[in-house]
Amino acid sequence: MNWSEAISIVLFVAGGIFFLAGTVGILRLPDVFTRLHALTKADNLGLGLVMLGAAFHMDSWQNVVKLVFIWILVLVASATVSHLIGRNALMQGQKPWEKAE
Amino acid sequence: MIADAASAGAFFLLVNIGLGLVRVARGPTTADRLLAVQLFGTTGTAILVLLSLRDNAPDYLNIALVFALLAGILGVVFTRYWQWTENTAPAKTEDRRRELE
Repeated sequence: MNWSEAISIVLFVAGGIFFLAGTVGILRLPDVFTRLHALTKADNLGLGLVMLGAAFHMDSWQNVVKLVFIWILVLVASATVSHLIGRNALMQGQKPWEKAE
Repeated sequence: MIADAASAGAFFLLVNIGLGLVRVARGPTTADRLLAVQLFGTTGTAILVLLSLRDNAPDYLNIALVFALLAGILGVVFTRYWQWTENTAPAKTEDRRRELE
C-alpha cells in the first residue's frame, strides 16, 4: 500500500463517518430543523471528503475538475433545498424543538 | 487495494441509504421525508464516484454529475409542490374565498 492509497482510505473513512452521522441524525433527532442540521453535515463534508479521497486516484486532471464541479453542484443544491424545506416547515407552523423541562 | 476500499465504501453508503428509508417510511411530516430524500441524492452521488474508482471507469463521473444536478432539481421541485399542496392547496384557497365572501 503506497501513501496515496493510505490517504484515500483515511479520507473515505472520515467521509463515511460524516455520512453515518447524517443518517443517524436523520433517524434520531427530534424535529425537522434539527434533522436539517444533521443532513447538511453529510451533504457538505461527507461528500467533500469522499471526493478528495477519490481525486488522488483519477487518471487525468479533467476528472479531478469534474469531481470539484459535482461537489459544488451538491453544495448549491443542498443549500437551496435545505433553505426551502426549513422555510416551508416554519410557514406551516411547525415549532422548533425545545428541551422538555 | 483502492478498488477494495471503494467497494467497501460504496456498500457502506448503500447501507446508510437503507437505514434512511426508515425515516421516509415514518415521516411524520412531508418535510422529514424530503430531507431523507435529499440525503439519498448526495449519498447516491458519492456511491457513483466510488464505483468509478472501483471499476476504473471515468465515465461514471458524468453519471454522478447528472445525478447531482437532477437530485438538486428534484429537491426544489418536490419542495415547491409540497408548498403548493399543503399551504395553498385548492381546499385552503376555497376556505379563504369563503372567508372573503
